[in-house]
Amino acid sequence: MTRAGLSALWSYWRCNPLQLFTLITGLALATALWSGVQAINTEARASYDAAAATLGEGTFDQLLPKSGDRFDQSIYIDLRRAGWQVAPVLEGRLTGADGPLRLIGIDPLTAPAGIMPQTTTNDAGQSLSDVVTAQTVFVHPRSVAAARDMLTSPVVADRNLAPGTALADIGTVQKLLDQPGQLSRLIVAPRQARDLPALNDVAPDLRRLSANQGADAGRLTDSFHLNLTAFGLLSFAVGIFIVHGAIGLAFEQRRGLVRSLRALGLPLRRLIALLALELVVLALLAGCLGILLGYLIAATLLPDVAATLRGLYGASISGTLQLRPEWWLSGLGIALLGTALASGGALWRTARMPVLASAGARAWAMTAGRARVWQTWLAVMMLAISLALVWLADGLLLGFLCLGCLLLGAALALPACLDRALLLAERLSAAVRWQWFWADTRQQLPGLSLALMALLLAIAANVGVSTMVSSFRLTFTAFLDQRLAAELYINARSPEQSDRMQAFLVQDGATLLPVQSVDTRLAGQPAELYGARIGPTYIENWRFLAQGTDPWERVASGEAVIINEQLARRADLWPGDILAVAPGLSLPVAGVFGDYGNPIGQAIIGEALFRDLHPEVAVTRFGLRTDQPEALRDRLEARFDLAAGQIIDQAQVKRMSMQVFERTFTVTGALNILTLAVAGFAMLMSLLTLAGMRLPQLAPAWALGLTRAELGRLELLRALILAALTLICALPLGLALAWVLLALVNVEAFGWRLPMYLFPVDYARLAGLAILAALLAAAWPALRLARTPPADLLKVFANER
Amino acid sequence: MNARIFAILLCFLPLPALAQGFAGMGSEAEGFATPQPDPTFDFPADHGPHSAYRIEWWYLTANMTGPDDTPYGLQWTLFRSALEPEEREGWDSPQIWLGHAAVTTPDTHHSAERFARGGIGQAGVTPAPFEAWIDDWRMAGETLADVSLRATGPDFSYEVDLNAQGPLIFHGQNGYSVKSEAGQASYYYSQPFYSLTGTLTLPDGSVEVTGNAWLDREWSSQPLAEDQDGWDWFSLSFEDGAKLMAFELRQSDGRSYASGTWIEPDGRTTALPDGALSATPLETTDVADRTVPTTWRLEVPGRGVDVTVQALNPKAWMAVTPPYWEGPVTVTGSHKGRGYLEMTGY
Repeated sequence: MTRAGLSALWSYWRCNPLQLFTLITGLALATALWSGVQAINTEARASYDAAAATLGEGTFDQLLPKSGDRFDQSIYIDLRRAGWQVAPVLEGRLTGADGPLRLIGIDPLTAPAGIMPQTTTNDAGQSLSDVVTAQTVFVHPRSVAAARDMLTSPVVADRNLAPGTALADIGTVQKLLDQPGQLSRLIVAPRQARDLPALNDVAPDLRRLSANQGADAGRLTDSFHLNLTAFGLLSFAVGIFIVHGAIGLAFEQRRGLVRSLRALGLPLRRLIALLALELVVLALLAGCLGILLGYLIAATLLPDVAATLRGLYGASISGTLQLRPEWWLSGLGIALLGTALASGGALWRTARMPVLASAGARAWAMTAGRARVWQTWLAVMMLAISLALVWLADGLLLGFLCLGCLLLGAALALPACLDRALLLAERLSAAVRWQWFWADTRQQLPGLSLALMALLLAIAANVGVSTMVSSFRLTFTAFLDQRLAAELYINARSPEQSDRMQAFLVQDGATLLPVQSVDTRLAGQPAELYGARIGPTYIENWRFLAQGTDPWERVASGEAVIINEQLARRADLWPGDILAVAPGLSLPVAGVFGDYGNPIGQAIIGEALFRDLHPEVAVTRFGLRTDQPEALRDRLEARFDLAAGQIIDQAQVKRMSMQVFERTFTVTGALNILTLAVAGFAMLMSLLTLAGMRLPQLAPAWALGLTRAELGRLELLRALILAALTLICALPLGLALAWVLLALVNVEAFGWRLPMYLFPVDYARLAGLAILAALLAAAWPALRLARTPPADLLKVFANER
Repeated sequence: MNARIFAILLCFLPLPALAQGFAGMGSEAEGFATPQPDPTFDFPADHGPHSAYRIEWWYLTANMTGPDDTPYGLQWTLFRSALEPEEREGWDSPQIWLGHAAVTTPDTHHSAERFARGGIGQAGVTPAPFEAWIDDWRMAGETLADVSLRATGPDFSYEVDLNAQGPLIFHGQNGYSVKSEAGQASYYYSQPFYSLTGTLTLPDGSVEVTGNAWLDREWSSQPLAEDQDGWDWFSLSFEDGAKLMAFELRQSDGRSYASGTWIEPDGRTTALPDGALSATPLETTDVADRTVPTTWRLEVPGRGVDVTVQALNPKAWMAVTPPYWEGPVTVTGSHKGRGYLEMTGY
């Protein structure tokens, strides 16, 4: 009996391969998007972990300078000689043609376990000599070529390091960074000798950071990954709409089969078990396909994600993908979960159906009349929650929740809105044919509503994200023009070279804008403190988001500080508030400036004050104002032995910054297009399945004199009208989405708020695309209808039950 | 400490090893100076480091008793291991320093270790005034004859004063100590006549102690033959004032090379050539997954010595990098006394 049942169930799919295809494809697409995003996230996290392990972050306590980012190694010796078991670390960056290389120097003798990469110590004999005396630099295999270009030391590939990170002996790194005798921090060994003197007595300039603090980059990159995850979930939701439709349809159409099987004596429980088994097999099949697809998506997008993360946060991740069990298992899990979600209702209904209930093949979703009332109420509730969250949302997660409620609420409200609109059209039309057309469209609505919801979400996401990206682009370009005012930027190789160049340039008549900064903490946050030589360049070009009186004059005289929006929002500091700039020095905030693309806080003080606070910081970077950048560049190159990348012109910086920015959104853009494609597919599949079921409804119209060609044209028109109506709903939803992204999510994720601009041309193009997608989706079913043999239409009357 | 660091250091350390005799001690001494017969020492300069040689140590062991006659032992060792035969300033220095310290009671054994790079001031030795240090551990005084010594670990610390009651002792031929039939050798002298007073701080509290200590100074570049894979070293002080230094180098073919120095109470010495003494294990102890002989029969027929040397605490395993056994011993038989035993390569 079981075998007979199974073969009966399977015969349905054999007769309806299109539905089987829809089901599997929908589920596979949903799984693919989900697992693709997960793959990217897991890969990125693994890379952060490798980077953090290299530094002992999160594992060991650290000693950091109380101000500035370097201290003299004599403090390290003092601590060691007082009995403190600490290990020195020096970190810095070298910039080459291929981007920055993060250099980490450690002492292999005192560094705790796990800091040295495995491979460097496999060949025990040579290793210590290699590290200490041969000054070998270990880098990720992908960075080997870049490192060899930049460094004179021997370079060895090491897979355990994060990409873009180089590890070497501390002495080697001091030389490479030209920081003799300087350290960035000390790692505190977990096991210390008894009766240690207090840290403050030995090294009053250091502070202790416990292992569970820090990891600031982690918090920042989290927002990016949450962003990706949200997109993955959205795509999954769209996919589940498709699967739900396909499964529901299959169950409804198999009512007759179920009735026959039960009448023949198949116990209900076994029947349900067989149905569930069938679904599990289908889900696993689709899940595997989806994971394969997801891998392809991830492998294609990962290089862009890597570029994005590097550009936005300076976090390096590997651009290559590894098959990790956690994400393919999660992919299979989500496929099963999705199937369960989509089929639970149908299974339940089948289980409760009386044995000999009428197996009439009513349009399956027409029973959904009461459900629609519920759905509308749910939609209203979701939208209300979303609205409430606009005021209440605090934190990225709630921001995304607001977003989710908005989208889901709107999607649920769509059928009711469309129904109202169609009803209105029906009332307004006088001709019988059009009255029939509108009524027939309304009758089709339940069957199409899932596909239309998917289309709504896809269009809205597209409008929202493209509005955000374009708004960002406009703001960012203006910001770059304002910030990159100097014509040339110089990166001196050493303080000595910097001094010589400055002397030469002053003689040459150029205006110098030194860039001097230290990494520090302000208001408890990681931040950069800059010293600026205030001049017309700043006063004329910089725009403040909020300012007190004469901000630049007060900063120049050392009486005030200006801060970026990120710091202002996170620490809630606005003009007039007081900020502790250094131990024992607090200054009023004179202004808040926009600082897009920078994840951390920034404060600017006058040059003189900065020199007093950080005399150890040598000026090696400066901007140059000049009327003839080309000529000055030639003179500089002739006079000094300048390496590539040491002198950069403004256009180049702008181009690089814009590149970083463009790649930042490549990923979002790609996911956007995928979502739209999935929605188009959902529409096609719904129309195709409906087409078969609708013959009984179309046959009378044909019998009353409408030709098949006319019916086909009306089908196309219907798809067009529904798509257009959906589009009309999607536009405001998309704009609302953009607003939430710019005003809520962006502030939480990046710390800055962007002004919102509108882009009617983009929307028109998108509308055209959406209509085209709907037309394409409807074309085949319409064509099939137009070519239906009259005999099939006649059969409707003969077979009518 | 950790296995990886251990792996790095293994090949450079003066103590037990895997292939190539003792961790590089049997490997070619390319570029390094080699000890020559009939040395003339230049003190106090020779109390300081000899960068041209691959390995060197300042090795102090002490037998002590507390107010209640409980016997204690302590160890303080500074090792120098060179990657290249010279010293350079700063992190460029190819000199590596290690410190080992321990306190042994009849029931417990506490040990600790330190690592340091040369050239940056974290560890080193200056001959006059004498100071040998690594981190906060130091042995220092106006001269080597009068020093104070301190070390700390997670569960112990000590601070003792040492005062030399006799002259320096030169082993082998005037301080040229041959280690194998093939002629491997080291420069080797000792100060075995220190009297000691001070304080041990143990988990249970502080103990005032008195006793005697023995300092070994040794440096070389390739002191062992390639087929020698461990040693047993004895420093014994007998109740009649005489002292005995004896070592046996075990070869991979099962034979051994044994040698030593007989020290009269007044400091006169007699070198004991290979064959003049024998050491036979009587009992073993399982410690740290190894089997180590902790009771020995030691015979020097020419001096009428036939004694049993027994570990005060058989579990005196130094769980450091690299690991070895080192602890105080008591001597019974033809002569009575106490001393220290070191065993490597087990």
